[in-house]
Amino acid sequence: MANAGDLSGLKQLVLGRKDVQDLSDTEQELPPDLMTVNMGPSHPAMHGTVRIVLTVDGEKIVKSDIHPGYLHRCFEKESEHATYTQVFPYTDRLNYVSPMINNCGWAMAVEKLMGLTGKLPKRVEYIRVIISEMSRMTDHLTCIGASAMELGAFTAFLYFLKSREWLYELLEKISGARLTHSYVRVGGVAKDLPADWDADLTHCLDKIVGVIDEVEVMLNNNKIFRDRMAGIGAMTRADAIASGCVGPIARACGVDYDVRRDHPYSVYPELEFDVPLGTTGDCYDRYLVRVEELKQCIRILRQCQKQIPDGPTMVDDPRCSLPPKTDTYNTIESMIRHFKHIMDGVRVPAGEGYAFVEGGNGELGFFVVADGTGRPYKAYCRSPSFVHLSTAGALIHDHFIADVVPIFGMINMIGGECDK
Amino acid sequence: MGVELSTTRLEDAAKWAKQGKLARIPEWGRKFSLFTYPFVTACCGMEFMSVAGPKYDLARFGAEFPRFSPRQSDLLMIVGTITEKQGPALKRVYDQMAEPKWVIAFGVCASTGGFYQNYHAMPGADQVIPVDVYIPGCPPRPEQVLDALIMLMDRIQDGRGHSQLRLKREQVIASGTEE
Amino acid sequence: MSKKVLDALTAKFPSAIVRTASANGDEIAWIKRDDLLAVAKWLRDDPAMAFDAPVFCTCIDWLDWKPQHRPPSEAWNETKPRFTVCYQLRSVAHKHRIRLEIELPENDARCASLAELWSAFNWQERETFDMYGIKFDNHPDLRRIYLYEEFVGYPLRKDYPKEKRQPLVRRDDLPINPIKGQHAPKLEGNK
Repeated sequence: MANAGDLSGLKQLVLGRKDVQDLSDTEQELPPDLMTVNMGPSHPAMHGTVRIVLTVDGEKIVKSDIHPGYLHRCFEKESEHATYTQVFPYTDRLNYVSPMINNCGWAMAVEKLMGLTGKLPKRVEYIRVIISEMSRMTDHLTCIGASAMELGAFTAFLYFLKSREWLYELLEKISGARLTHSYVRVGGVAKDLPADWDADLTHCLDKIVGVIDEVEVMLNNNKIFRDRMAGIGAMTRADAIASGCVGPIARACGVDYDVRRDHPYSVYPELEFDVPLGTTGDCYDRYLVRVEELKQCIRILRQCQKQIPDGPTMVDDPRCSLPPKTDTYNTIESMIRHFKHIMDGVRVPAGEGYAFVEGGNGELGFFVVADGTGRPYKAYCRSPSFVHLSTAGALIHDHFIADVVPIFGMINMIGGECDK
Repeated sequence: MGVELSTTRLEDAAKWAKQGKLARIPEWGRKFSLFTYPFVTACCGMEFMSVAGPKYDLARFGAEFPRFSPRQSDLLMIVGTITEKQGPALKRVYDQMAEPKWVIAFGVCASTGGFYQNYHAMPGADQVIPVDVYIPGCPPRPEQVLDALIMLMDRIQDGRGHSQLRLKREQVIASGTEE
Repeated sequence: MSKKVLDALTAKFPSAIVRTASANGDEIAWIKRDDLLAVAKWLRDDPAMAFDAPVFCTCIDWLDWKPQHRPPSEAWNETKPRFTVCYQLRSVAHKHRIRLEIELPENDARCASLAELWSAFNWQERETFDMYGIKFDNHPDLRRIYLYEEFVGYPLRKDYPKEKRQPLVRRDDLPINPIKGQHAPKLEGNK
C-alpha cells in the first residue's frame, strides 16, 4: 500500500501543484481506518444468497467472513420425513441449475443400498447419462453467462440464456418440467424418452455448438474479460486438494480428478471423453475449463445418441417398480403392491452407504443411512458448493472488492446446494 | 378474467380515458415502467432469468431493467424461498423502498412455503411483508409470470396495490382530521 | 475396493480401532474418540495411505433407530452411544477411500477437530455443530453456520420437531404473530 510520501506527491498532481501545508481542512488526508462493508444477502453478484462481511482497506480486502445459510431449506430433515421417491423433488432443488444430476445421484445412493448397482437396464443408464449431460450443459451455460453478465458482457448472457432455453424445452419434453424435473426413480426413470427426442437433440446441439463458438470469439481474447479474470483468485494445487475442491475448480488448478473417469459409474466406461485441465487455477482457467467441458458434454451426448439401446425403463425388481396398470386395476395383489409402494415407499434394507456422481460443480454425493422402512433414516448431501464457498474467503483475500464478482461467479456457488 | 385485452399501449390508454379515469394517468405511467428489484434466493431465479431473457421477454412490458437498489425500484419480486434467517434482510429491503411500491411473491415458496414446511423456511414471504400478487408454481412457467405481471398492472391501474391503498387511507385520514 | 487400507490401519493402530466393515462398496473403520487425531494424521501423512482430500464430515443421531427385519437387540437404547460422527476421506494419488466413524455419548458429545489437517473440515464441522450440537475441540472458529445465533436447539437431532419455527421477524398486523406473543408456540430451551 502507498505510504504518506507517495500520497502527498499524488495529491500535488491532483490538486495542481499545491504544497501539503497549503491544503485546507477539507483537502487533508483522511485517516486510513479499516472499513467493514457488507455484501449480501440480497446482492446481484451473490448468486442466490450469501452474505460476506468484508473488512477493507480502501478497496483492498483485508479480512472476510462468509455467512451462508440464507437458503437453508432443511433437506436432511425433510428427507427423514419423506419416502425415498418423495426425496427426488427435494434433490432437484439442491443444485437447481443441473437438477437431473442430483436426481441420478440420489437414485444411485438408494440403489447401492438395495444392491441394484450395475443391474439396471442399459437403456435406463443411457437415459440417465443423457439427461445428466444436458443438465451439466445448463449448469455451465448459466454459470458462464451469469459471470459474464456481472462483468458487463450482457450479450454473452443473453446468448447462453437462449441456448439454455432450447435445452429446457427438450428437458420439458422428456420430463414434463423445465427446471425441477424429478424424472428419475429408484431403479429406473419415470417414463421413456419421447419419440422424436433424437432429432430434437441433434438440432439443439448443432445450434448450441454455433452459440458457444460465437461467445468464445466474444470473450476468450477480450481484453476487458481477460484483465478481470486472469490472475484473479488463483489457488494452488495443494490448497485445492486439502480444501476439498472438486470439479471444474479443482481441474483448473491441475487436479486431475473427474468422478466419471476415475470412479466410473453408469455407462461412462463405454463413452469417450476428455477431461480438460487448467494450470494456474485462476478465474480465467476456470472459465476455459467450463467451456471445454461444454464441448465434451456435446461429444458425450452425440455418442449416447448412437449407442442407446431399446429396452425397459425400470429394473425388473418388485421392490422398486410399480406393477403395470392393467394388473393394478384387475388384481388385488397388484393394487396392494402399488398402494404399499406409494404410501410406504421403496423399502431399503438397513445399512449405510455413500454414492457420488460428477455434478456440475464436482463430486456430489449422498450419504444415506437406511433402516429397512420406506423412509431414509438419514440423507446427507455432500455438496461441492459448500466446500468451494469455504475456500472463497482465502481466494478473495488481498483482492479488490470488484474482484469478488468474478471469483464468486466462477466458483459457481449454487445457494440450494450450498445451504441444502 | 373478464378484462378486455389491449394489445398496444395507445389502446390501453384510450380504454382508460374512455372510462373517464383520466385522473389515473400517473398509474398508467407507473404500470408500464416498473423498476423491479429481483430479490432472488433460489431456483425460481432461473425462471426469472428466463423471463427476462430473449424468449419470454419481460422488456415488452416495460419491466426490463432490474434496479439492484431498493431506493431506485418500485416492484419487489421475491423470487424463491425466504428463510427465517433472511427475514430481517427482506424486511429491511422492503422498508427502504419508496412509496408507492408493489410486491410479487414469485413461486410457491415465497407464497406459502411450498413443500418446505420446516424449522427454517418461512411459510410464505407475506409473514414479513404484504404481497400484492402471488405466483404459484415450482418454479412457475414464464408465461405464468407474465400473466401475474399483467394482473399486477391492472391492480396498479385501479389503484388497488397495497401501498396505493395505504397511501389513500393516509390521505383520507389526513384530510379527515383537517376538517 | 480398498481393503488393504483397512488392513494397514488395523496393523498400525490395533488399539484405536473398535471394528471395521466393508459394506455397500465403502470401507468403514470405527475409531475410539481419543485416538482420532493420531489416526487421521497418519492417514494423511503416510505415503502408502496419502489421504489428502477430505470428502465430508457429518453425524448420525441414533435416537430413533429401530431397523426392520433385524433382531430387537440392534435397536438403540440408552446404553448405546447416541451420536456417530463420520469423516470420509479420499486419496488423489491412490484413489482409495475410507470412512472413519467415532461414537459419542449424548452427555459428552465432543470430538477432536480435524480442521487443521484438512481445511475443508472447518466449515463442515461447524455445520455438524450447528445441526447436531457436537462440539469439536480445538476448532478455530466453532459457531453456527447455517442458522442464526438466536436459534435455540440443534434441529437435526431426532427429538427436534421438524416444524418448530423460531422466527426472527413477523409482520405486526398478522393475526398470528408469534413474536408479539399472539398464539405463540411454546419454545422449549436447549436440551
